[in-house]
Amino acid sequence: MSAPPKQFRYIGKHRRTKEDPRFVTGTGSFVADVQLPGMKHVALVASPHPSARICAIRIDAAMALPGVIAVVTGAEYCAATESHLVGVDAPAVRRYALANDVVRYAGEWVAAVVAESRALAEDAAELVEVNYEPLPFVMDPEKAVTPNAPLVHPTHGSNVIFQRTFSWGPVEQRFREADHQLKFRARWARSATVPIETFGVVANWHRATGILDVWASIQMPKFPDQIARSLRLPGNAVRVHFDVDVGGSYGVKRGIKHTVLTGYLAMKLGVPVRLIEDRLENMRGGDMHGPDRIFDMQVAFDRDGTIRGLKIRALDDVGAYAGRSPLQLGKPVGAICGPYQIDAIEYEPISVLTNKTAQEAVRGFGQAPTNYALELTIDRVAAFLKQDRIAIRRRNLIRAEQFPYLIPSGTTYDSGDYHTVLTKALDAAGYEALIAKRDALRRAGNLAGIGIATCLEPSGGNSSFEPLFNPKNDTTTWMDSCLVRVDLSGAITGVMNTSTAGQGHETLVSTVLGEVLERDPNTIRVVHADSLNALPSNSPVGSRMAIMLGGAAAGAARKIKDALIVIAAHNLGVAASEIVYADGNCSVGRDATKRLTWDQLVEIAHRKFHKLPAGLEPGLQAKFVWEVPTGGALPTAEGRIQMYPCFSFEAHVVLVEIDALTAQPRILKYTCGHDCGVMISPDIVHGMTYGGIAHGIGAALYEKFAFTDDGQLSSGTFMDYLMPSAHEVPSLAIADHCTPSPLTTFGQKGSGEAGYLGAPAALASAINDALSPLATSIESLPMTRLALFEKIEAARHHKGIA
Amino acid sequence: MKAAAFDYSRAASVEEACALLARHGPDARLIAGGQSLVPMMAMRLVRPAVLVDIQRIASLNEWRVEKDFLCISACVRQNVIEREAALSEAVPLLGKAIRWIGHVQTRNRGTVGGSLAHADPSAELPLVVATLGAQCIVRSFRGERTIGSESFFTGPMSTALQADECLVEIRLPIWGAGRIGTSFEEVAIRHGDFALVAVAAQVALNAHGVCERAALGVGGAAPAPVAFPDLSRHLVGTQLDDAAMQAIADTLAKRVAPMSDLHASAAYRRHLAHTLTLRTLRAARDEALTRS
Amino acid sequence: MHHITLKVNGVTRSGEVNARTTLVDFLRDTLRLTGTHVGCEHGICGACSVLLDGEPVRSCLIFAVQVEGQSVTTVEGLAKPDGSMSVLQDSFCETHGLQCGYCTSGMLIAAHALLASNATPSEHAIRDAIGGNLCRCTGYQQIVEAIQLAAKRRAGGER
Repeated sequence: MSAPPKQFRYIGKHRRTKEDPRFVTGTGSFVADVQLPGMKHVALVASPHPSARICAIRIDAAMALPGVIAVVTGAEYCAATESHLVGVDAPAVRRYALANDVVRYAGEWVAAVVAESRALAEDAAELVEVNYEPLPFVMDPEKAVTPNAPLVHPTHGSNVIFQRTFSWGPVEQRFREADHQLKFRARWARSATVPIETFGVVANWHRATGILDVWASIQMPKFPDQIARSLRLPGNAVRVHFDVDVGGSYGVKRGIKHTVLTGYLAMKLGVPVRLIEDRLENMRGGDMHGPDRIFDMQVAFDRDGTIRGLKIRALDDVGAYAGRSPLQLGKPVGAICGPYQIDAIEYEPISVLTNKTAQEAVRGFGQAPTNYALELTIDRVAAFLKQDRIAIRRRNLIRAEQFPYLIPSGTTYDSGDYHTVLTKALDAAGYEALIAKRDALRRAGNLAGIGIATCLEPSGGNSSFEPLFNPKNDTTTWMDSCLVRVDLSGAITGVMNTSTAGQGHETLVSTVLGEVLERDPNTIRVVHADSLNALPSNSPVGSRMAIMLGGAAAGAARKIKDALIVIAAHNLGVAASEIVYADGNCSVGRDATKRLTWDQLVEIAHRKFHKLPAGLEPGLQAKFVWEVPTGGALPTAEGRIQMYPCFSFEAHVVLVEIDALTAQPRILKYTCGHDCGVMISPDIVHGMTYGGIAHGIGAALYEKFAFTDDGQLSSGTFMDYLMPSAHEVPSLAIADHCTPSPLTTFGQKGSGEAGYLGAPAALASAINDALSPLATSIESLPMTRLALFEKIEAARHHKGIA
Repeated sequence: MKAAAFDYSRAASVEEACALLARHGPDARLIAGGQSLVPMMAMRLVRPAVLVDIQRIASLNEWRVEKDFLCISACVRQNVIEREAALSEAVPLLGKAIRWIGHVQTRNRGTVGGSLAHADPSAELPLVVATLGAQCIVRSFRGERTIGSESFFTGPMSTALQADECLVEIRLPIWGAGRIGTSFEEVAIRHGDFALVAVAAQVALNAHGVCERAALGVGGAAPAPVAFPDLSRHLVGTQLDDAAMQAIADTLAKRVAPMSDLHASAAYRRHLAHTLTLRTLRAARDEALTRS
Repeated sequence: MHHITLKVNGVTRSGEVNARTTLVDFLRDTLRLTGTHVGCEHGICGACSVLLDGEPVRSCLIFAVQVEGQSVTTVEGLAKPDGSMSVLQDSFCETHGLQCGYCTSGMLIAAHALLASNATPSEHAIRDAIGGNLCRCTGYQQIVEAIQLAAKRRAGGER
């Protein structure tokens, strides 16, 4: 598994991305840049109550305002559209863009106003009079599961939307046999990726053709199908334009409700309609908050540090409605023991409804919180045994020779060399010097700590959590595709099938096509199809595009290459096996006189049917549709399943200082060892990893969607939802390692969630190391200034220090 | 997040601005840099019927150093403090405070007077003004009056300014040459955020290191920035030794009245007021000791 | 409605605006200069940064009517006179100092202003200059590298 990667011509090399020039010149095309003649603007009326009955809505004053075109309320809207899909078996948890009869969280949309300008729409929204009768509500997920709690969806009969206990391996036996047990609680706070661009959508209905055109800042699997279904249209009546540049997503740009609403308004009014969330709508009612979890962890281990068994109870607050959010408890099944050899695990995911803003997918799809809980566990075992945290990890990390490695939940890890990556990270960080620095800081009276985290990034996303969490769903297909065209001029165009939010897919596809066809990637164009032209795709989720789109592009390119070879063999009168393909030209062996150039071969394919071998289609284009490697299986009765095919690994080493008096933390040094197999575009991989670390720093120290006891979001602006700036994020260093995946075209693995999957755990580890002299620790994110102060203060009082 | 509709008037002079304020009463608001006002308008928390733009009034964009005062007109941009060394030479605390204020984009637009009139209890410039006991010159069609900083700030986002009054100038006392030391310390969650707590101190020492004059103020720990002239007087005559400063910090921490919010509890703010008081006094003393 | 005239990227432009129209909305909706982006509309994220009389400001915190007669530079105005990318823009491409591109115009404006006043900025000065611009993609690392590269190239005589 640790063989050096083979030599590539373009893959793995520094090369400028195809996307960057349009953005640095201000010529990208984001959804808010779409301008259609006669376009109207939407603003939303939001509920001020976390739970209330809508008694009456009066729209006359709003409609009387000049420039107002329509005010639509839930009664009309819900009758005309279908409820959105729920990821688990909970058909009574119905969800629409506009509330009907009752509202279930503060900020939920109650009415949509359409006007000549956004400002006028906001004016009118203020004039919509809604009479509410406040109802009981529940904000605390643990209270929500008690018998007398108010029900968020009474017809569902419970606030639990999913619960199951999985037991893989001899869990009770391991807990009986082990030398020690520990249990503790950890909390992962509700935060999100919060892209700088809010969600936006423009829709236009062509009555004559019966096509609804949609431009949206979207990153969502099966998005066009869901829009069509909710609008009661056939799939071929919705055309989603995937060439819209998406201003950041990292999971959250799902926008089903926004798009169905905007599509409905466009169809109803017969004019182009645009809904660009403003930041207040985005934070409160955009339904993009991330996982919000309470972990109850139990671990059984021996005195030498060997971990024998785990019991994980994960209670996740999904808010008032659910789409795919409960499935974020399902993905971690595929890496439930992290990078460690633990053969007995009990896992109880519980997904709970409360009167909060609905949860959406966030980078890592639930894996980052799980990794955080696992790493806290390892650190606590080390602290209990008074052993070194690295030694405990080394004792339990899967070794390179053990791959492929089957974990108890049924997933096989493809490849890895965790020990080497950890060593590289420690070396790059200068671990001995780091310890000396930490100890010097401590001697000077400060709190200082080193954080270690060794975490997995499952990649190449399949949908195995769908059948696992919903027996009525037996989806096992999760393909992606690419179409490659070589035109008459000999130029190559790759067609991909979804939009991009900064991951550099055009660069990815052109690099792969260039690699296989041995043509300069800079000359290769990559375009985004619209959904009526597109091949099947499941969008860039689950760290899958390097694997899936990369694999599809390579497959299509190979078909082109094979066709060229067949054409050459036919015209040079030899068997295809005798043709040597080099730089797009074909020759018989190395004989330069028996050679057809790229241009000649392309011309034959396009114009000279008489020279085309029988059975070959004229023209030169090829498609390749690829199922996720290892995909296709349903879960066993015990809930064992292959979740995702490839597993990237990251080892974080971080030094943090905390001002003992002001409780201000400062990150002094950050190093991340990273192995995602063969990197197709190292600049892109590094960029996403840096960004993931910064996002993890935010989740660990700053960011939280906090709610007041009376059900109001109290961090609904950028004044209170605090994202780290260039001051808070330090200089970051990455140490690369490459263990190729045996399952993928070039040995690549995914990296779209890199950094984020370990950074919160690493920072928690560092903060707790810093707090350890005070004999205190913190197991709740974010580790805010206030939380740190209270821990330090309590420890001081406990020790009797003033 | 579009502001509610309003009428806009650009005033060419203070007199015109005052006349507009007098005509429209409480429905009118002045705008200078707009860095605090515009977000509140975008969220429709503030919805003036008339916006009177005073930023281009020439007389409001001047500053001058007099014998005893640095006089800064209300619409002088915050970045002028960064660029014109003479301001910090006259009032060194300004130079210390400016590093903590917002970001380059907001300092380029935000004005000195706007920050004072907005009166965020955690803001840096109000704290400097309060600490040094500056005078605020305000004008209306009724005439001009001077409000001392001790009565200018009346609570969170509220001042002694009447609805028809325009803040035109701030006069910051100059302590003169000598062994002056200043310090401005704050704790904010992120760099550039409003302070959780900020403390400003300025001391003057004699040749023997004995404190002859001191000023001390705290922001973010009460409904408005507060100066503690009585506590400062206790420092006079001391060597600014740790015991003296500790006693001041202890008393100060008891006297502040911080609020709890999402980001900091009252107890944390009180603790920070104590910690930062010690730090600023020490830093001011140490700086003064380097002067001859 | 107010009639305003201002210079945008060196060209005199005018238009009718409501008093409440912000500068960024005027640039984007009226002048169709969509390179400047709207992120938060309350002055925190920095995506809407433009140069006003040469200084970076947040264009969501300024009403268009206020800038009558002034000079605005947007990302579209950063290119060289021949239309090719400036050294700074080119350096962002070289280090991949962006991903989704949404905060990029604001970052470029902030960095452009920094390099105009400080030809050899330290890393701290760079982080301070972009400290009012939020990016969720890059962790700032490759942005800092881009600005360092641009400073180096400019010091080497590139313009």
